[in-house]
Amino acid sequence: MTEARLYLAQRLSAAIMAPLVLIHLGVMIYAIQGGLDAAEILARTRGSLLWGINYGLFVIAVSVHATIGLRTLLREWASLRGTVLTLLCWLLFAALLTAGLRAVVAVVGLP
Amino acid sequence: MASSPDPVSASIAVRVWRGVADAGEFQQFEVPQQPSQTILDVVTWIQRHADPSLSYRFACRVGMCGSCAMMVNGIPRWTCRTHVNKVMQNNSLTIEPLRNLPLIKDLACDMTVFFEKWKQAEGHFQGASTRADKVARLSPNSPQRRVADAATECINCAICYASCDVVSWNADYLGPAALNRAWSLQNDERDTATGRRLQAVAGDGGCHQCHSQQGCATYCPNELNPTASIAGLKRQVTQAWLRGGLRKRHD
Repeated sequence: MTEARLYLAQRLSAAIMAPLVLIHLGVMIYAIQGGLDAAEILARTRGSLLWGINYGLFVIAVSVHATIGLRTLLREWASLRGTVLTLLCWLLFAALLTAGLRAVVAVVGLP
Repeated sequence: MASSPDPVSASIAVRVWRGVADAGEFQQFEVPQQPSQTILDVVTWIQRHADPSLSYRFACRVGMCGSCAMMVNGIPRWTCRTHVNKVMQNNSLTIEPLRNLPLIKDLACDMTVFFEKWKQAEGHFQGASTRADKVARLSPNSPQRRVADAATECINCAICYASCDVVSWNADYLGPAALNRAWSLQNDERDTATGRRLQAVAGDGGCHQCHSQQGCATYCPNELNPTASIAGLKRQVTQAWLRGGLRKRHD
């Protein structure tokens, strides 16, 4: 029941992303009202467990969501199937997760 | 006694696909325009008056049998109920065989794969009663019956199948008609194969492939909404999966 599992995973990851995007946009709009540069933003996010969880969760959800969507494209437009498709999707997932988590580490700093 | 048609005032330039898929071409015909003329009338006129070798399929001529669907100016339509004056563009028509189906010849498609997918989706009723039992009493007003009824008037014309881009991209996809049929049966309280059917529609070419583009609902001549039926199947599959019901076969 791969398709049923992936369908559910994509909906769940979307449900996780939606509030996190709103938090990101809301805080961004609120925080720059008085003018903030990158250094001042980093001073506030570095060492913050809460921002680490927020963006860490977001990156995981994006990696799951986008990979499942790209899997559909690869199936329909590139006619990929089986092991090739699965391996390529795991690679895409790993690439998205690595790039995203590196960005999270840069924003909140290493623990 | 039927009145004779008005004198022909104009003719229609009709391009018709001739031949098979890989070795065919459009052929041009001039067809006299008639009052209340349907696309099927046009095709029939060509066969009777211009070229008797033209192959096409029809049966009832009144929108019940689902045999005569073709692409008309790029859109899948039931030709017996489609009036020429509603779809003609600049006095011309382009008539092709239905999209997404293998072609036999000219305008006649091979429907085998379409009906095979009905079988794959467990699109047949499976009951528990015998001839000796009393006829089941069903309330037409029960919520479940209303859902089943909303999907039940399919005439198997394959217009939804021809309009679906997912079918064109993924040959394994069961398609809107088969999944709509499965949904109707899932809501038939007499049916006993709901678990097995859910397994069938949750597989590789099942309901989860649908992108909800709604081409099926847009062009269905009976105004059914297979997209909504497929969404219903997705919900049922998800609920069954969360309850662990998809991991084992029910029946």
